[in-house]
Amino acid sequence: MATNYPASQPGSQRHTLSVLVENRPGVLARIAGLFARRAFNINSLSVSPTERPDISRVTVTADVDEVPLEQIIKQLNKLLHVLKIVDLDPSTTVERELVLIKVAANEETRSDVLEIVNLFRVRVVDVNTESLTIEATGASGKLDALLGLLEHYGIIELVRSGAVAMTRGPRALSEKVIGSEITGR
Amino acid sequence: MTGAQALVRSLEDLGVKDVFGVPGGAILPVYHAIDEDTKFRFVLTRHEQAAGHAAEGYAVATGEVGVCIVTSGPGATNMITAIADANMDSIPLVVITGQVGVDSIGTDAFQEADIVGATYPVAKHSYLVTDAQDIPRVLTEAHYVAHSGRPGPVVVDLTKTAQNGEMLYSWPQRMILPGYNPVTQAHGRVLEDAAKLFQNSFRPVLYVGGGAVRSDAGEQIKALSELTGAPIVMTLPARGIVPDDDPAVLGMLGMHGTIAATGAVQRSDLLVAIGARFDDRVTGKLDAFAPGARVIHIDIDPAEIGKNRHADVPIVGDVKTVLKALLPKIEKQHAQFGKPNLTTWWQLLNGWKEQYPIRYEQPDDGSLAPQWVVQELSKQASDDTIWVSGVGQHQMWATQLIEFHKPHQWISSGGLGTMGFGLPAAIGASVGSQRYFDGRKPVWLIDGDGSFQMTSEELATAFLEGCPIKIALLNNSVYGMVRQWQTLFYDRHYSATILHEEEKTGLVGCPDFVKLAEAYGCVAMRATTEEEAIECIRKANEIDDRPVLIDFHVWKDAMVWPMVAAGDSNNNVTYMPGVKPLMNADAGAPTAAEVAESVEEAVATEEQN
Repeated sequence: MATNYPASQPGSQRHTLSVLVENRPGVLARIAGLFARRAFNINSLSVSPTERPDISRVTVTADVDEVPLEQIIKQLNKLLHVLKIVDLDPSTTVERELVLIKVAANEETRSDVLEIVNLFRVRVVDVNTESLTIEATGASGKLDALLGLLEHYGIIELVRSGAVAMTRGPRALSEKVIGSEITGR
Repeated sequence: MTGAQALVRSLEDLGVKDVFGVPGGAILPVYHAIDEDTKFRFVLTRHEQAAGHAAEGYAVATGEVGVCIVTSGPGATNMITAIADANMDSIPLVVITGQVGVDSIGTDAFQEADIVGATYPVAKHSYLVTDAQDIPRVLTEAHYVAHSGRPGPVVVDLTKTAQNGEMLYSWPQRMILPGYNPVTQAHGRVLEDAAKLFQNSFRPVLYVGGGAVRSDAGEQIKALSELTGAPIVMTLPARGIVPDDDPAVLGMLGMHGTIAATGAVQRSDLLVAIGARFDDRVTGKLDAFAPGARVIHIDIDPAEIGKNRHADVPIVGDVKTVLKALLPKIEKQHAQFGKPNLTTWWQLLNGWKEQYPIRYEQPDDGSLAPQWVVQELSKQASDDTIWVSGVGQHQMWATQLIEFHKPHQWISSGGLGTMGFGLPAAIGASVGSQRYFDGRKPVWLIDGDGSFQMTSEELATAFLEGCPIKIALLNNSVYGMVRQWQTLFYDRHYSATILHEEEKTGLVGCPDFVKLAEAYGCVAMRATTEEEAIECIRKANEIDDRPVLIDFHVWKDAMVWPMVAAGDSNNNVTYMPGVKPLMNADAGAPTAAEVAESVEEAVATEEQN
């Protein structure tokens, strides 16, 4: 086997994992610790509540080849608090990130920046004599393009969420763990 | 009742018979709840790490879950080595640690350590218990998780709040483990696929690991070998799974394995990994490991399959269950197509077996050959003996040269390689022998002076708890295995590996191990010649009322052969200095006389250097 440290390499395919976990303290530490000790670099990670109060959903994105990915999924499955892991198929998945961008904008440049805002159909959430703060959601490609255009005006502050994702169609991922309802704890 | 009382009651209701540990502030309520009415025996060790290793030795010897109870902070962190050791070797443990009260957590309180956080990487699972009412359920789950699936250590961190809280006890408890569903039975067509691979292979080999011992599959492995004619090679923890006098057994493979075992795997066309994990000490350079073999991999842990080596037929399941189901499928193939002819294969294997037994160089300084001591111990011991070792050269000689008869007869730290494992593990095995076998299984510990000194305080435990273990100390006054690597790969620069030099101190040893053992109430003897050694071993075998230690003065330059250098291909295995039997596959095996000659030459050259 080729050297695989770290397990995720630039140039590998982007994967989005949806992980359903028990909603309890310490779960994120277990998952994050596993990634670290198995030398698995991730691009983003987000944790949130779900339609079921006893379950949380972790979305992980990473650039990784098939073999280390399979190994990390198996290792994740060994954690007792992990209920289900799905490697989402990009063609049937809606994936979104949120970004807040504080961009320098004075009287001269404001209208140019607003034009970009309109083109990308994103929103201005704060205006100041020296800056505009923009809120944008979308797939990571769209946000990268937006940032590319705004860079020119001077980005003062930037914060970006991890990706969240779900499959298209009427089904829920939690249907795969029916019967796991946690009561009496 | 209180949470502390509930803990003791839960252990009783789980059928736990023996518990190891050391008390302390944050676990005092539990120790207060242990009294003369408690149904399990409590064994007080002198160090928490030793409590952990004792529980491991107990678990391997008996097949039961090992349980220990220690305090918070340093008590808990002392336990981490044992937890990591059990995790590597898949030993079922429940480790109960005290924890400060709920209100103090996170305040850097006295003897506070985040033991759940610290053990994430080395435990199968862990719990932080804050409510007394949860205790019986958590203990039920912890015990089940520890021994089911791939066994391992489970940490239960018990806050003082939970220990002192009032609760209503009820038993049995319903477990809540929605994310834990170990697979035990093979699914789909894999068994047929495996049977077909057996049918189409002419150089098969069964590569058996510790998982087969955990699954108690000795009988099934022997049956599979008999049915298919395949030879059996074993990893360190699997020694004894099938008796060594079985003609199909080729011994241990890998870094210090026999030529026959390592050679069989390298030349095989079908490698059947059974409860084994392709560890680097087994495979050497992975790309060159069993290059011509297709692989059937049977393991209860799906994450082991395909981790280091691609499996052509992956079978997830309990080894014993899977093998029971596999045997009839192979019989069916035989009925239809006949049994494959393995005569040529066995000619090669028997040639290796005959020509390359484990050999060793004789000491040049009048001291004992440690390998000879091990052989003599094995010769004089009862077939029921439980053998325990520390970590180092003595461990390799023990696994190579003891004749094993049964599974669960060999207890050693494999994956983590924990020096100091031996003495406490031997105590645990002795407690287990008393509990489950009426003490009929004597316990011999083979240890090195380096390894032994890491936990020698446990001689007190052994004496006071009435554990009549026998200790064979292969005392060479150096860290022998490290010294061997320094000899071979680091220009004989013996950096920090010399533990004692008689010519500098004028002492018989530092410590004098005979005096040390006597100070703890043990019988102690010293052997410097073969005659003394034979007599000491005979005497030790007759003593069954207290621990015995024999201080064997052995040669410090003795080496473990065969050897594959770390990261090298197994084809480059060195039988004895200068002899690499697997290097030239096509030249045909040399005759025994040729080998003997070249070995003598090599030894002579070595000595001249």
